[in-house]
Amino acid sequence: MTKERELVLIALFAALIAALGLIPKINLGSGVPITAQGLGVMLCGTVLGSKRGFLAVALFVVLTLIGLPLLSGGRGGIGLLATPSVGYIIGFPFAAFATGFFVEKWSGNLTLGAFIGAVLGGIIVLSIPGIIGMAAILEKSLVVATGYALPFFPGDLVKAILAGLITNALYKARPAAVLSRA
Amino acid sequence: MISLSSPVKAPWDRWRAGVKLSMLCVATTVLFLSTSLVFHVIAFATCVAIYAIPGRVFLTTGLRRLTFLWMFLAVIFVWHALTETLIEGAVIALRMLTAVALANLVTMSTKIAEMIALINWVLTPLRRLGLRTRPFEIAIALVVRFTPVLVQKGSALTDAWRARSPKSPRWRIILPFTVLAIDDADHVAEALRARGGI
Repeated sequence: MTKERELVLIALFAALIAALGLIPKINLGSGVPITAQGLGVMLCGTVLGSKRGFLAVALFVVLTLIGLPLLSGGRGGIGLLATPSVGYIIGFPFAAFATGFFVEKWSGNLTLGAFIGAVLGGIIVLSIPGIIGMAAILEKSLVVATGYALPFFPGDLVKAILAGLITNALYKARPAAVLSRA
Repeated sequence: MISLSSPVKAPWDRWRAGVKLSMLCVATTVLFLSTSLVFHVIAFATCVAIYAIPGRVFLTTGLRRLTFLWMFLAVIFVWHALTETLIEGAVIALRMLTAVALANLVTMSTKIAEMIALINWVLTPLRRLGLRTRPFEIAIALVVRFTPVLVQKGSALTDAWRARSPKSPRWRIILPFTVLAIDDADHVAEALRARGGI
């Protein structure tokens, strides 16, 4: 793996999260939209692995915060840090890291490993800062904020299943690109 | 590449990005420290007045960029109406609106290039320590280039699907989409290497 290929894949996956944001979104509960971007974050981890997945998502987050309209619905800018979504935005890179870390350690069936990794990173690890962020901005207790996060879980579970299936199919089509297995 | 900075000239356009961000930090901290409704009404009104300075187009664009918060505002309203604490709810809602509006003001009046220059400046100590930040700069350029290309490829795939099926492709295009993108990435990586690498 050349340094150039590594860098290009990181940038490519950052762009992929942005492109997935164009798939129509649905608003739920406390107003945090459900989008395929969450799937993009999971894929960064399952495909690129912990470190590179983290870098790809961090790149996406930095570019969004400095004013590129990359988040679903064409949102972007430093103002996102003052919305109840703040915890999710900051948590994205860590979610990808945790997902990738699990997939790297897993040696069994890739579909299952990527699914479990996506649940662990993209749902559980992501929800911790996400819920804290909602609780802080909306001035609610953590229990109430967890209630706001609950309606997202079924959708997230579907995304984790897709992440598992897509990662495995991608491994068959382009094994060299699935760095978490390299 | 489209960005969120405004084409309408504002008096604070020429202020340095670092100065604007520091002012934003101070203003946001003050907003979060105060719990008085009167203070937050005045703060929000002042913020709207600032938006009005560059003119109507700037004001309407700015206000339109706050509309995505409606869902959060609805949640705050329902909760505080049920618990009969509407004044507290109004403080939370106004604080969020003002904080987001002020931050958007910085985003609207600062070019992406200035923000990238600021990040570069922040990274200076790392460069002094011998860490190379050039890959980061190349990565930014690559994302800016890849995003519209990927969006275009995605729509082409969707069109191809629609030509054959009455159903919408939804997630089914994600795999071919990713494969296409990865093949492209290999070419770009070779091109980068051929031009001297990173």
